[in-house]
Amino acid sequence: MIANYGYKDGSGEYFIVMDTDRCDGCGDCVTRCPAGVLEIILNDYDEKVAAVTDEHRRKLKYSCAPCKPVSNRPVLPCVAACKPEVLRHSW
Amino acid sequence: MAQEFWRWKEYNWRDPNESWKNGAFLTGGVDVGSVSTQAVVMANGTLCAFANMRTGSDSPDSSRKAMNWALEGTGLTMEQIRYIVGTGYGRVNVSFAHRTITEIACHARGANFMYGPTVKTVLDMGGQDCKVIRCDEKGKVSAFLMNDKCAAGTGRGMEVFADLLSVPLEQIGDLSFQVEKEPPPVSSTCVVFAKTEAVGLLRAGWPKNDVLAAYCSAMSHRVYALLERLGVENDFAITGGIAKNPGVVKRLEGELKLKALTPRFDPQLAGAVGAALFARTLAQKEGMA
Repeated sequence: MIANYGYKDGSGEYFIVMDTDRCDGCGDCVTRCPAGVLEIILNDYDEKVAAVTDEHRRKLKYSCAPCKPVSNRPVLPCVAACKPEVLRHSW
Repeated sequence: MAQEFWRWKEYNWRDPNESWKNGAFLTGGVDVGSVSTQAVVMANGTLCAFANMRTGSDSPDSSRKAMNWALEGTGLTMEQIRYIVGTGYGRVNVSFAHRTITEIACHARGANFMYGPTVKTVLDMGGQDCKVIRCDEKGKVSAFLMNDKCAAGTGRGMEVFADLLSVPLEQIGDLSFQVEKEPPPVSSTCVVFAKTEAVGLLRAGWPKNDVLAAYCSAMSHRVYALLERLGVENDFAITGGIAKNPGVVKRLEGELKLKALTPRFDPQLAGAVGAALFARTLAQKEGMA
């Protein structure tokens, strides 16, 4: 399943895109995210997968901002932590 | 009391052929949305009874009320429903549910049942958010996109406009086509700003129907952008209350250059129907049926 968590508003599109078919639910991304944006859930089809917490879904632009400096942006910690390449940011 | 133009009709229904009560395995689905609540009763996977009402400010109470209303006149009680799944925005408030499932999975499953297995893309236009869901021929979600941050492009926005223009909610769609020339869409995405803009248009001498047309096309435009992001694969279906508003549906069909399928039941029921179908599968998995 391609899960798009986030929103679009007047200032742009802010989605974290998860390809849950690749996710093994290891939780490495959860521990590496400094803002606590991610969690491991049991989804509707009883698969253990990473997801964006309810709390952060409506404010991703701000939650993720500290990891996105304007220049010299390093690879995002959540993306770097994920070996199966599940996770992608839309902005 | 002044007429409440935004107030849409609440109703319940039951299958007049009452043979379904005899020995069938009954499952229930309750979809507690931000604006409306639906309760559905299914017997061996066919729809038997349902109720559709406003959620109001007390969602635990409205989930119970909706289920009781769906069962009204059937002679059945809630205890006789073997497995109930709660879904929707207020799903945690369905105290009598055996399990909760997200509305995304339920809408896909419900649309698969209501529109047939050819449905690949579902657009749910709810009371307070809209979602685009891609699913397979079994109704399993393959991709989804949700915009729950604001109420633009949703039923709540339509209610605000019904109230502002004193037009009954159900008539907005038809009236929005009674215009001399299609006006440009309202430019604001936000419902509050759109309302301000509409007041300005009225003051500038726009007829009511033109303002309705401008709002319907703004809404269609907004969800079109959401659909484009995920991609649309035929067949395409719309669920949720706005699916009953031709002013938005026809304009969206025009933008997409494809037709939306016609449902077998009220499109607002999709989530609850999906939940009742999940209830059946889960009961079977747990060895109850």
